[in-house]
Amino acid sequence: MNFLGRIGRVFLGFCTGTGRLTLFTFNGVSHCFRPPIYFKLIGKQFLDIGYYSLPVVGLTAIFIGMVLALQLHTGFSRLTGGESAIAQVVVLGMTRELGPVIAALMVAGRIGASIAAEIGTMRVTDQIDALSTLSTNPYKYLVAPRLLAAVVALPCLVLIADIIGVFGGFLMASYKFGFNPSAYLQNTADFLQTDDVVSGLIKSAVFGFIIALMGCYHGYNSRGGAQGVGAATTHAVVSASVMILMFDYILSALLFSS
Amino acid sequence: MSGAPKIAVRGLKKAFGDNVVLDGLDLDVGVGESVVVIGGSGTGKSVLVKCIMGLMEPDSGSVKIDGKEVTGLSRGEREKAMQKFGMLFQGSALFDSLRVWQNVAFGLIQGHGMGQAEAKEVALKTMGAVGLDPEVGELWPAELSGGMQKRVGLARAIASKPEIIIFDEPTTGLDPIMGDVINNLIVECVRKLGATAVSITHDMASAHKIADRIAMIYKGKIIWQGAAKSIDQSGNPYVDQFIHGRAEGPIQMEIRAL
Repeated sequence: MNFLGRIGRVFLGFCTGTGRLTLFTFNGVSHCFRPPIYFKLIGKQFLDIGYYSLPVVGLTAIFIGMVLALQLHTGFSRLTGGESAIAQVVVLGMTRELGPVIAALMVAGRIGASIAAEIGTMRVTDQIDALSTLSTNPYKYLVAPRLLAAVVALPCLVLIADIIGVFGGFLMASYKFGFNPSAYLQNTADFLQTDDVVSGLIKSAVFGFIIALMGCYHGYNSRGGAQGVGAATTHAVVSASVMILMFDYILSALLFSS
Repeated sequence: MSGAPKIAVRGLKKAFGDNVVLDGLDLDVGVGESVVVIGGSGTGKSVLVKCIMGLMEPDSGSVKIDGKEVTGLSRGEREKAMQKFGMLFQGSALFDSLRVWQNVAFGLIQGHGMGQAEAKEVALKTMGAVGLDPEVGELWPAELSGGMQKRVGLARAIASKPEIIIFDEPTTGLDPIMGDVINNLIVECVRKLGATAVSITHDMASAHKIADRIAMIYKGKIIWQGAAKSIDQSGNPYVDQFIHGRAEGPIQMEIRAL
């Protein structure tokens, strides 16, 4: 019986967790559209999430683009004429898949953690209660600006990551493998379709939402001092990363189903 | 006490799991009166004020402010009810991402829609009233000592001239002299504003100084209340034990078995 009880408890815990998260999401999103809207805070968050993540995202993107070209070059050399497909595969891989996912995972580590730690510390030091006593809704002041900023910032970051990634592949192809640079770029441009980029941007907006939501949710519900904040940070990063990969599959299946 | 009470608490109950914290608590606070609630750690003092302020929803019972029920309000209505309140938190709960003057002006700008310049002026004037120089306004909360932080917290609580001020352990963690300074400031501020005050503390010196009336909470109920001067002759063994700080007596520290 004890075993069944344990299963039941886990199941109930799962249900309350899901319910809480749903309520939290609803509250957070609804405050994104109801005045007053704190434009200054949104701007500050956008700077933090978008601008200051550029170096990290840019560095990862260029290495991913380079290693992709390298792997394709060595791998495709087994096929006759396979090498000519490098430009196409790099641009397709970067825009559709690697750009959004890699950028989102990097931002989840950087921003998801910092959101959870900041809001978590505010929770355990009563600052969130203090907001309420000063007639300010914490959802509106803390959650909504982060959600909005992340949903806008991620696609911007991914667009830049796409370009840098493709450039990384181009560098390898033209300087290491001796491809004709202009032919490589021509191949890339001819092959690329708007849909490839747009689908990546749609995904990244969803990823941005997930990152900010997980950071805010775990931070907001943290308790128990420094240890609680540490746990909230871990949960925020891990759950965001897992959900990013999950939603990556779901969105890919939906966007390219036809 | 004359006329209708400012705050009327009836049959307030709150439990966390099996742990019953408030067990049908009744308390009235008159207009302009200063009531201090004393009691040991973990007897539900903090939960009581959180329920009064609406930061926590009680399991059952009623809290009326100016004769109007405030339990079970929607978030919007609660925010309106909050405007009557100011609170000094135990750890001050200053927003560490904002400068000192922005902390003090926060309620004015966010809650009352005052302009920046005007709010800063009021904030600096309020800071003057609690003995803080205008230069302190440009510092960050982390740069201040505990006593200074308490002063800023007090200034923030009274800046928007609330009708009811809640003090959560105002002297805990301060040296006796700074504690007395804070007590004097509290008495002065509450008098000047004509506000109703509810304080919770286990510091008897502080209770004597700021209370018109003292109420003692034990096992989730008010077991004694009376004028502050009469507490030494309460004739209640629980109160006697508490104010003299004796380990022997009817109150047994419950040490929970693990």
